[in-house]
Amino acid sequence: MSKKQIMSPLPGTFYRKPSPDSENFKNDGDSVEIDDVVGLAEVMKSFHEIKSTVSGGKIQFLIEDGDAIMPGQVIAEVE
Amino acid sequence: MGVKVLNPGLSTTIQDLGRPGYFHLGIPISGAMDQKAMRVANLLVGNPESAAGLEIVFTGPTLRFDEACLIAVTGAEMPFKLDGVSQSPWQSIQVEKGQTLEFDYLRAGARCYLSVSGGIDVPLILGSRSTYLVGSFGGMLGRPIAAGDILPLGDYDYLASQVGKNLPTEMLPNISVREIRVLPGLYSHRLTEGSISRFFSEKWVVASEADRMGYRFKGGQALEFVERKAPFGAGSDPSNIVDSSYAYGSIQVPSGTEPIILHRDAVSAGGYFTLGAVISADMDLIAQLQPNTSVQFVSIDMAEALAARAERVAAMEQIRAHILTD
Repeated sequence: MSKKQIMSPLPGTFYRKPSPDSENFKNDGDSVEIDDVVGLAEVMKSFHEIKSTVSGGKIQFLIEDGDAIMPGQVIAEVE
Repeated sequence: MGVKVLNPGLSTTIQDLGRPGYFHLGIPISGAMDQKAMRVANLLVGNPESAAGLEIVFTGPTLRFDEACLIAVTGAEMPFKLDGVSQSPWQSIQVEKGQTLEFDYLRAGARCYLSVSGGIDVPLILGSRSTYLVGSFGGMLGRPIAAGDILPLGDYDYLASQVGKNLPTEMLPNISVREIRVLPGLYSHRLTEGSISRFFSEKWVVASEADRMGYRFKGGQALEFVERKAPFGAGSDPSNIVDSSYAYGSIQVPSGTEPIILHRDAVSAGGYFTLGAVISADMDLIAQLQPNTSVQFVSIDMAEALAARAERVAAMEQIRAHILTD
């Protein structure tokens, strides 16, 4: 089965949860709908939600909480 | 009439070449962070170089043109389409009434500049149409453009010969340069010699906080200061000085940890020492650095800085001659 990719439109720092004490927006294996928030990008002193542009099951994150991201970089894949 | 904003992008602002002359009153120079890209965008569509356009950072807007016009996109590499058809940057493009412009992901650099024939005709504030976000004035009501805005265009005498004007590859600025030239001073004497030479030998990485006010860097070791008794009026931190004015491009390092290059919207004065200033010829390059990009600062002297400035002026003059006479 082919995999669909979720990419970051922004550069900056990637976070998987809304605050340090919160749960992850999505965990590996979750299913995802279009427009579901999958993470945050921190850039220019503000946080921006990264929404899924695809729907599918078994999301697999390719980067960790706190990692640097580039525009167009694949954050996660779904089946 | 005008240009309708369907989607604003991350923080798209109206900018021209800036608002010099008020720095002593605490009003920053503002204007396009990549001045050359803004000038060239205007020249390509037949505007005065000082006309106002859009500064687009990281993600592009979606715009609908409600009148026929010419546009040009310069600066960062961010592919764009007009009614679904890919277009080339660094050239003037004819737009029909009702066409929609959309941008793809950013590929290289950080900021694109969009010029529209006639320029964006918002009111002049202290002689400029530039948006100063922190001061909430200039541009579109002192804020980034927003969905639903209509950007008014100035008068323009259409010339068929202006369509398709472009910049040859050899005249395009090289935004992949990762060496930033610095003239040390005015307070570099506050650092130990070992510390300043280490600053110029280490790699520094653009922090995610970098914005129009300041470009912050991380990754190098903390600076070491010369021992002193804090002078009257200076704070107790070794990086504090008695308040002084800052030049455009100054590098301040609060507490000696994270260098900040003061850019177009920076404060004009403050109480942190500056270890040097990025030379004017390299300030456009700073505008094109994405967060997490690694750079090397290179120490040069005044003669080299002036030579670099003359070279930059000559390169711009060559572009001007090419576009205006071609």
